Amino acid sequence: MTYALELKDLRKNFGKTEIIRGVQLAVNAGERIAIIGPNGAGKSTLFNLISGRLAPSSGEVLLNGQRIDGKRPYEINRLGLSRSFQITNIFPKLSVFENLRCGVLWSLGYKYTFLRFLSNLDDANERTEALIRQVGLERKRDVLAVNLTYAEQRALEIGVTIAGGANVILLDEPTAGMSKTETAHFIALIKHVTVGKTLLTVEHDMGVVFGLADKIAVVVYGEVIAFDTPAAVRANARVQEAYLGSSVADAQGGH
Amino acid sequence: MTTATLTKDYYRFKPWNIGRAVIWSLFAIALIVAPMVFRSSLALTMLSQIGYLIIICLSYNMLLGQGGMLSFGHAVYTGMGSFIAIHTMNLAAKGSLPVPLLLIPLVGGLGGMFFAILFGYVTTKKSGTTFAMITLGVGELVASMALMFPTFFGGEGGITTNRVYGTPLLGLTFGPQIQVYYLIAVYCFICTALMFAFTGTPLGRILNAVRDNPERVEFIGYNTQRVRYFSFIIAGFFAGIGGGLAAINFEIVNAADSLNGIRSGGYLLFTFLGGATFFFGPIIGAVLLVFASILLSELSKAWLLYLGLVFLFMVMFAPGGVASLIMMNLRVAKFGRFKPFWALYAGLVVTGAVMVAGAAAIVEMIYHMQLNAALGPQLPFFGVMLDTSKPASWLISAALLVVGGVLMELVRRRFVLAWGHAQEFIEAEIKRREAA
Repeated sequence: MTYALELKDLRKNFGKTEIIRGVQLAVNAGERIAIIGPNGAGKSTLFNLISGRLAPSSGEVLLNGQRIDGKRPYEINRLGLSRSFQITNIFPKLSVFENLRCGVLWSLGYKYTFLRFLSNLDDANERTEALIRQVGLERKRDVLAVNLTYAEQRALEIGVTIAGGANVILLDEPTAGMSKTETAHFIALIKHVTVGKTLLTVEHDMGVVFGLADKIAVVVYGEVIAFDTPAAVRANARVQEAYLGSSVADAQGGH
Repeated sequence: MTTATLTKDYYRFKPWNIGRAVIWSLFAIALIVAPMVFRSSLALTMLSQIGYLIIICLSYNMLLGQGGMLSFGHAVYTGMGSFIAIHTMNLAAKGSLPVPLLLIPLVGGLGGMFFAILFGYVTTKKSGTTFAMITLGVGELVASMALMFPTFFGGEGGITTNRVYGTPLLGLTFGPQIQVYYLIAVYCFICTALMFAFTGTPLGRILNAVRDNPERVEFIGYNTQRVRYFSFIIAGFFAGIGGGLAAINFEIVNAADSLNGIRSGGYLLFTFLGGATFFFGPIIGAVLLVFASILLSELSKAWLLYLGLVFLFMVMFAPGGVASLIMMNLRVAKFGRFKPFWALYAGLVVTGAVMVAGAAAIVEMIYHMQLNAALGPQLPFFGVMLDTSKPASWLISAALLVVGGVLMELVRRRFVLAWGHAQEFIEAEIKRREAA
């Protein structure tokens, strides 16, 4: 069978340093995967390799059975994979509405056209309005993104990520920098907007990880040392030794 | 609330935008009426130049304000548009190419577009500083190449033409300047409308996104190079139309003057002065450009110095240009907080005028000593006779400068305070309305 996303012996070197060292991972369609691991384990690099921000040194990335390694980010996005960023990455001088509409345009086939007015693109505008409600920013519809609060910007980031209707969603630390209550609210939002989609998320908050994920992939030193259900990962001796039981995990607030 | 907005009619409902219709009507009326109000030939010359410079500055702002592309080579596309237009006119006059004068600006536009397709492919590969450097390089390359092909560019003397050719259309020969003005005005209005329309299209909006955050655009399915390239080509087209109109207006194009970096820098400078963050900013910029280069240069030999100072102060105190100054004050007025600023602005203008008078007197005396010493020590200055040999002239000028400067600083401090209060009030008011 074909997986929604499959990584085959993926490797990445920066100079002589090998950051990603032969990652194998196969994700079924509709699964929610949390990727955990200590700082510097290569989680974000992995996302950058999958989404085309970086090209792998060797190995393969397959999206629905199709090779996407070495493709440009926009090509990968058009094939149905979208990602968010750890550091908020939106269009600061555009309004919430315009941010989301930009995310919608390509998937509806408008491409680079300059022969139609945005205001007449009913499907794009409808979808944008629906997105605004989905991420709960109705009241900020016409506010410039730069003037939003941090939590609102994070919500907008998720909105822009899902706007194109991609089936595989990569979220890089979506709750980074949020308070406890904001985090809880936000996880509910993520669950809500990714129903029926394949979700991969990098996360540090263990409470979030065990609440959100169907499966957990543990990345340590550029390798996936375990990929299983939360319960099995919790019980895995290698994981306990390498990550969960270590001082690193304690320092990062594992609970 | 959410269910109400779910109904489809909510955003299908598009009221006729009265404000916008009024503004465009006023713009059209201004273009039509201007030469009837200002009847001198100097005014007509200036109006004609303003007309095509509006097109050029707006096209430049498509790159700078809307796309975040700091181009140092925009004159290449206006200039090449001019050359293509003038050669077409000469061919048409000979009878070998049947193009009526009405369509010559379009030919210029296609010329500008052609070279934008050619050079833009290279320049738009990169963004930011690299883009700026490449445009500078391409600009210098074209400007120096122009002197290597004298048959096309006419060498030092340039290419001349006669815009009166062919059979007159509806009695229009386009010989008299007034007819040329109206030709320019029609093109100006249509091009302005088209460029405004561009800001409301998918490409126009994604171009804004590319300006704000090119990296993210790649992750929502768009190739940023393509977005820049296509926009660059469209900007080149309008630049070429402006160039074609300039060729009709002057009946001469000179490579040394119309393609070089100084010309490109002028477009950049005045687009910025007018205001790159608002669509209409470059229109103000074009008006300022003509006033500076025709009136200010008549008034004083030191006009480039004054221009440089204005640019400097603008960058420091109002980086959004004249347009943003207008919009910020309108915002204050909209919230009913403008009242205290009448007096403050009057104070700034009066004290500023005193300071500028002092400074200008000193600058003019220095320029006079350097350039016109043979004419004697006396020079007229706004109805006053200054004498570079008498200390009184220097002392009074310096006193005006110092006193004006000190007073202006005092007013400025009160202004900043009042401005801060007004902004705080507006922020609080917006929050209150949001919560309500």
